[in-house]
Amino acid sequence: MAHMRRMAAFAAIAASTALVLAACSDSGNEPTGGTTPTGDSTEPVTLTWWHNGVAGDSGENTLGDYWQKVADDYHADHPNVTIEIEQIQNEDLQRTRIPTALQSGDAPDIFQQWGGGEMAAQAEAGYLMDLSDTLSDTISTLGGAVGPWQADGKTYGLPFQFAVEGIWYRKSLFEQAGITAEPTTFDELNADVQKLKDAGITPIAVGAADKWPAAHWWYNFALQACSQDTIKNLGSFDFTDPCFLQAGDDLQAFLDTSPFQKDFMSTVAQTGATSSAGMVANGNAAMELMGQWNYFVYQGFTDGSDAANQALLDDLGWFPVPGVGGGQGDPTAALGGGDGFSCYVDAPPECADFLAYIVSDDVQRGFAETVGGLPTNPNAADAVADPINQKIAQAASNAAYVQLWLDTDLGPNVGGALNDGIVAIFGGTGTPQGVVDNMTAAAATE
Amino acid sequence: MTTMETSGKGTGPVGDMSSAGPRTASPDFATARRRDQRRKWQEIALFTGPALILFALFVVFPVASAARYSLYKWNGVKAFSQAEFIGFENYARALWGGNDPATQGAFRTAYTEPFWSAMSHNLLIIVASMAIQLPLALIIALVLNRKFPGRSIVRVIIFAPYVISEVIAGVMWFIIFDPNGIATQFMESIGLHAPAGGWFESQQWGIWTVFFIVTWKYLGLAIILFLAGLSGVPQELQEAASIDGASWWQVQRRINIPLIGPTIRIWVFLSLIGSIQLFDMVWVLNRGGTQGQYATIATFMMQFGYFRKDVGFGSAVAVIMFLISLIVAIAYMLTILRRDNDNADLARGN
Repeated sequence: MAHMRRMAAFAAIAASTALVLAACSDSGNEPTGGTTPTGDSTEPVTLTWWHNGVAGDSGENTLGDYWQKVADDYHADHPNVTIEIEQIQNEDLQRTRIPTALQSGDAPDIFQQWGGGEMAAQAEAGYLMDLSDTLSDTISTLGGAVGPWQADGKTYGLPFQFAVEGIWYRKSLFEQAGITAEPTTFDELNADVQKLKDAGITPIAVGAADKWPAAHWWYNFALQACSQDTIKNLGSFDFTDPCFLQAGDDLQAFLDTSPFQKDFMSTVAQTGATSSAGMVANGNAAMELMGQWNYFVYQGFTDGSDAANQALLDDLGWFPVPGVGGGQGDPTAALGGGDGFSCYVDAPPECADFLAYIVSDDVQRGFAETVGGLPTNPNAADAVADPINQKIAQAASNAAYVQLWLDTDLGPNVGGALNDGIVAIFGGTGTPQGVVDNMTAAAATE
Repeated sequence: MTTMETSGKGTGPVGDMSSAGPRTASPDFATARRRDQRRKWQEIALFTGPALILFALFVVFPVASAARYSLYKWNGVKAFSQAEFIGFENYARALWGGNDPATQGAFRTAYTEPFWSAMSHNLLIIVASMAIQLPLALIIALVLNRKFPGRSIVRVIIFAPYVISEVIAGVMWFIIFDPNGIATQFMESIGLHAPAGGWFESQQWGIWTVFFIVTWKYLGLAIILFLAGLSGVPQELQEAASIDGASWWQVQRRINIPLIGPTIRIWVFLSLIGSIQLFDMVWVLNRGGTQGQYATIATFMMQFGYFRKDVGFGSAVAVIMFLISLIVAIAYMLTILRRDNDNADLARGN
């Protein structure tokens, strides 16, 4: 999910009433569809590449530098292929630049792809290159991780990174509350919440002001309550299964135990010391449900020195979300998300080859070693050195199945309706039925 | 001017240029007039043309496009040519939940209620602006209109919030009104407590927190406008009233306030339009709240049209907002501001 990794609290958005929506002009050319083989493989080709590896607050840009190296290496092997990179901030890229570029008919050849419903809509509109046949070997190497980048049985993108979410915690605070082992069932988690409260420690931080961090709790309850078939069939927008109501009831019961910090509706996820990430990083809360990116987010709250980072990482623990049990879902099923790239439908065929190169063994190994990400290529798994990242990778392979974030899977419209419905439960104004109704209403507008 | 007159020929540029044109032996009066007329239109075209082209390109065209999109079911991803024409269904969905009995109930909860809730927030801000900001700004302006040491500094301070960027001010207030922030500490230090759930997230107080910030931001503009109006009130009138034994308050009530009526009416107009279109500050303050408890019609539009990619629906909301602004603006112009304009014409002797 894109907006999760955002580090800046507020994007300055200049908007005037009618201009905003009308800015997406429809005058662009439609893609012609299909690619024309160039035949001659030495003919000079230029690939434009848009990705979200931009420099952070510290000015460092590990990911962006790594992609530059990948492009340079590829150019050295294929001198006829020149790769022009544009680094674009994540939200600008996903919300504005890519949609506008696709509409205009002048899209980059290879661009960031988050998978799920948004990608399916792009594929349906005919913007994306079908990679199913050209990259069939690579797709089978990556295995199940490619799922979210597929629509209607065709592959429209390849993920270079995929990770499941879990609960991050502070070992020292667990110790202080007398918790000796990571919880493996939801009952144990509830018991630990009580122990932490008894010790005067805020058990769990949640950034409900950003909506999605709160929504992820419901996703996990839904994953437990609903059968794998129901979850895998979300794209059909059928929300009549009572398991969706069960998820809301389970969330309500969990909220009734007051596991979260005070005034959690006003807490953002990542910005400032009072954010949920800041609370965990500063030891003001014991746990947080978050994706793998928080590994980096937490480190942003230290003074930046290696010693401080190491001290924080030493005290950080991670465990998969414990299964509730009793539902139709497998207790070990896990939610996750990742990042990938798609080729524009009119991109030269070299684009697919370059895409395969990005997820090839060595490039993926370098990605794990240099950037600290979790590669999708199983042949690069041995390059993951950090103990927490190893644990996250292990959890993914132990899971009965891995499901993409539900809001990403459902796409911006129904997914947004889902998150709004869930956050209303958190805020005390919504009901489990309200979540289902909100999704159903949004689905009826599609 | 003086140098121009002494060095020039005393004729205007138009006369100069027309006399430089081809001359007939006996100038035909009608032809000359026609030529003058054509020249006049050329000048109008030359001076207003660029502005009109820009206006058409960046105002008229987007508004017309939004009106067109609002009649389609369009997700903003596929080409617009593939979008499905659905007439006024997007408008119906926002205003009363649509006419389809199968979806009407769901649409009412999911779209119509938040839409009218956002509308009601705009209305509340309009009413509160008139009831609170107007008297407050007027009193401060009247007080500042007197001469006292440090008056300029006070004026600068009061105007400062209006000059600060909307986003910076929003972030600042978001930090101040954090549940653990300065505002809470202040309330607790005087024996009160902050609203339950947080300043912004409280269902009851969220909109008032935002109104407080908006007032802080825009009060300065009202005060400066009123001060400018007051500086135009003839000093003799006030002196004469004082000699006749009028108290300070009587001078304000009988002379100053009535005489800055046109300024007040202009401010009311600006405030009305600004309140209907209120966006930036509310958006920066966490996009109208997690449950839209202080969403305005503009943030509602952004949320649904842009972030949910329900572009047709968002365009319909934009058009509704545009029409409300337009109707309010025209009605206000024709009724209340007309008197001021007529008076102004009279004053000019037209």
